[in-house]
Amino acid sequence: MAETNGDKATGQALKEKLGQVGEKVQDSQTWAAIFRPGSIFRKGYTDSPRNRSYVIMNSVLYHLHPVKVKRHAVKVSYTLCLGGLSFFLFIFLTVTGIFLMFFYRPTAAQAWDDIQTLQTAVGFGLLVRNMHRWGAHLMVLTVFLHMARVFYHGAYKPPREFNWVIGVILLTLTLLLSFTGYLLPWDQLALWAVTVGTNMMGYTPVFGEQVRFVLLGGVEIGTDTLLRWYTLHVLMLPFVLVIFLAIHFWRVRKDGGISGPL
Amino acid sequence: MVEIPEHLRKRAEEARAKAEAAKGGSTADVVEATEAVTDAPSENPNSGDEKIPAHLLDRGVPASKQPPTKDPSIISPSQTGPQAGEGPDGHNQRLLTVVKAGSIQDVKTTPTDKVHVWPHLLIAEFLAALAITLFTTLFSIVVNAPLLELADFNRTPNPSKAPWYFLGLQELLTMFHPMVAGVTIPGMGIFLLIMAPFIDKNPSNKPEHRKFAISLMTVHLMFWAVLVMIGSFFRGPGFNFVFPWEGGLFFEL
Repeated sequence: MAETNGDKATGQALKEKLGQVGEKVQDSQTWAAIFRPGSIFRKGYTDSPRNRSYVIMNSVLYHLHPVKVKRHAVKVSYTLCLGGLSFFLFIFLTVTGIFLMFFYRPTAAQAWDDIQTLQTAVGFGLLVRNMHRWGAHLMVLTVFLHMARVFYHGAYKPPREFNWVIGVILLTLTLLLSFTGYLLPWDQLALWAVTVGTNMMGYTPVFGEQVRFVLLGGVEIGTDTLLRWYTLHVLMLPFVLVIFLAIHFWRVRKDGGISGPL
Repeated sequence: MVEIPEHLRKRAEEARAKAEAAKGGSTADVVEATEAVTDAPSENPNSGDEKIPAHLLDRGVPASKQPPTKDPSIISPSQTGPQAGEGPDGHNQRLLTVVKAGSIQDVKTTPTDKVHVWPHLLIAEFLAALAITLFTTLFSIVVNAPLLELADFNRTPNPSKAPWYFLGLQELLTMFHPMVAGVTIPGMGIFLLIMAPFIDKNPSNKPEHRKFAISLMTVHLMFWAVLVMIGSFFRGPGFNFVFPWEGGLFFEL
């Protein structure tokens, strides 16, 4: 009996102590430097219209979302979240892709072995590669469906016509990202799928052969091609894509948020 | 864009309902109702009129139209305000005109019904992201990504297929010259897609007003979907037509 009382007392004391530490942290300059005035992490959150606004207004999310949106815009049946999911899949693919980069060397002699090793000897290697591959196919699909959704809602009409153009560029970039990634495992599937694809490219009039030569780093696919497509896949195309994404998101808000209901 | 806060709108609606109920009854209720309505600025833009006293409105009339004073040298203070140097710091102020609110505030948009992004939108987005992560992870646990044998330039697999999203093009390759199938048609497709908002001048986004655009897009999408399906599932060795339930499936993702 006495012992439980003692436990209770120490528990109480501990709680008080923790509360004091928490207050001290929240009053510190470091905490104040991290969270903006008005941030819910600085002043606490209770549900009120003002605090709901502050959650967006005083966080980095304000770059992406306004404080309020039209009521129909939050209906899942209107957008099916396709644009947001495409963006999320891009982040998802970046994260899994960075993991894969730790174990992969883009040369004809090593690429296939590296993936074999990744799948058999690296913890979660097989799972992460699977996630990257299926996520990539899914992203092609969501971007495509997003385009269809926007078309059927007539959301490409003024003032959104330029954002539609950006969107088509993003769709093309997504396809190119997927296609450049296709070569990297350096197996029979990769080699011959890319051979079929780049042969078509060679038929472009006037400069077709030159474009093909630049992309392949030679007259036929080889270890130089692998290095080129790797660089395109992990650095250049994502870089370009992020720039267009930024413009795309900015225009969504500048053009008055998502389009109106039908 | 004028936006009426939700609680004010609700209050106004309640008051209006109350006024409706008490029509002809106690006048106090009606007064209360009109007060609540004027809380919302766009509801009654002319309500400012009553607030301008009549004698101030008189002074807005140009001097030429005002009744002439007996002696032009003696200006009555009630008409022109205080004399020069009379006001604080030697300034004087004179009312030149009264601008009614309705004449400068041209409210064109009707109030829109809005909700807070937090929590309504963010929770939906979070759940969507969670669902797709879950789906991809589970799918990845069950199905492995293909890794065939090492690339070999001397052994061409039969059939050789492009990634699925290019299989429509590969399918076209069986019908047209490579320049048409691989360059002209997809190039035109992307170009037309980019030009869509500049070609389609119809301002309406209602499906019933844009039957042609919707039919065209649907035909276009179906065309590619069918080609991709045929290329993926109905093409066997030599890229010849096979039924997947007879000749087997020649498709890797």
